[in-house]
Amino acid sequence: MTLTVLYAASAVNPLSAWIAKLKDTFLTNDRYKELITGFLNTILITLGALCIGVIIGTLIAIIKYLAEDSRALKPLAWLCDVYLTVVRGIPMVVTLLIFYYIIFTSASDGTLVAIIAFGINSGAYMAELIRSGINAVDSGQMEAGRSLGMSRLQAMRVIILPQAIRYILPAIFNEMIALLKETSVAGYVTVIDLTYAARTIRDNTYDAPNTFLLVALVYLLLVVFLTRILRRLERRLGKNDKR
Amino acid sequence: MISVKNLCKSFGNIEVLKGINCEIDKGDVVCVIGPSGGGKSTFLRCLNMLEKPTGGQIIFEGDDLTDKKIDLNRHRQKMGMVFQQFNLFPHMSVMKNLTVAPVMLKNIPEEQAEAKALELLDRVGLADRANSYPNQLSGGQKQRVAIVRALCMEPDVMLFDEPTSALDPEMVGEVLDVMKRLAKQGMTMVVVTHEMGFAREVANRVLFLEEGVILEEGTPDEIFGSPKNERLRSFLAKVL
Repeated sequence: MTLTVLYAASAVNPLSAWIAKLKDTFLTNDRYKELITGFLNTILITLGALCIGVIIGTLIAIIKYLAEDSRALKPLAWLCDVYLTVVRGIPMVVTLLIFYYIIFTSASDGTLVAIIAFGINSGAYMAELIRSGINAVDSGQMEAGRSLGMSRLQAMRVIILPQAIRYILPAIFNEMIALLKETSVAGYVTVIDLTYAARTIRDNTYDAPNTFLLVALVYLLLVVFLTRILRRLERRLGKNDKR
Repeated sequence: MISVKNLCKSFGNIEVLKGINCEIDKGDVVCVIGPSGGGKSTFLRCLNMLEKPTGGQIIFEGDDLTDKKIDLNRHRQKMGMVFQQFNLFPHMSVMKNLTVAPVMLKNIPEEQAEAKALELLDRVGLADRANSYPNQLSGGQKQRVAIVRALCMEPDVMLFDEPTSALDPEMVGEVLDVMKRLAKQGMTMVVVTHEMGFAREVANRVLFLEEGVILEEGTPDEIFGSPKNERLRSFLAKVL
């Protein structure tokens, strides 16, 4: 009796039919938990890779900057160039597969491998962003530091980098947004990220529209949110312009 | 104090300095004059190795700065430099601009460095601007701060690279006054300048540099009163 009523009601009301469908797709068997895991892993990979990327990028940028004036660093700078060329020349998915199936064959945790792979990939792009930020600082600043007796590294740390930050930070934030979307291929190495979670649910429910559109919406909202922070950041950095 | 021996500098195929010899003694105020592009600034920047000479030697307090094994950073601490474009650190307050190098390189306690900086700032009439940022200062004030920044390292010699060329005319005087006082206190100075009045009044020696060589050298009276070189005479006729 109750069932018939429900059925009749849903037949005439597309909205409640859709809600029922959503309930079935996401609530049955606690499938939403998969999505939450995926969401958290996506965030985790993005932030982890970002940290690795910033560290690698900063190191490479500084090495390449210092190598312009130091013969001892030339081989190291050459190695950095090899890294940049190789990483930027290989698609992210392929890099990820290489890391998972060739380099870290014994890894039980695909998430960690993904963080490292995305981090190393991102580092190459960060290096160029940070280098252009460093180059945007007037060369007279380095000369002033050097004329006082600072080493290139000391001048870099207290004079150049603090000024370069305001060029670099917005670019890094942009890179983070790109990185967030790129992590959607993490499922290739069995990491349950947001996209992979959606596919699993689709495979179990055959409800493609609701799963994929929901996931698309989540990515979109995340990016909109991050972009807003970026805007605010750019405004703040502009305001602190003490020139 | 500084002895320059057959200093040469080329940028690619362009020879900017073609063998410069000169002695700068303690207490000297040496002004370097000459037409633009003659190598004045390059000469000055070679003295503290901001430009690497392609030939010759620069002996500073007994050490050859062109020697690859020398600790340049330690020697540069004793050679203050003032730039045409000031090059103050825009992200630091005036006080921080003055103390960052002494605290970092000479291990002077922060308070002591600040006390010293404040005293020097007061002498150039800027004690009230200690907490300002460079962008809040006028050009003349910036340059005076830049001079104090170099002085805070207690250098043995001060190098000035056209210190008034980027200033509005009404601000030139305040910077030159500071430099005059510095000269009177016995500071050794090498000044690349277009201010002939300053060279005449303050320098004890003037170098006329053109096309990479010192064409004439002498006291201000000799250089400005009875110039021997034809090129110097035509240069002075244009600028005076």
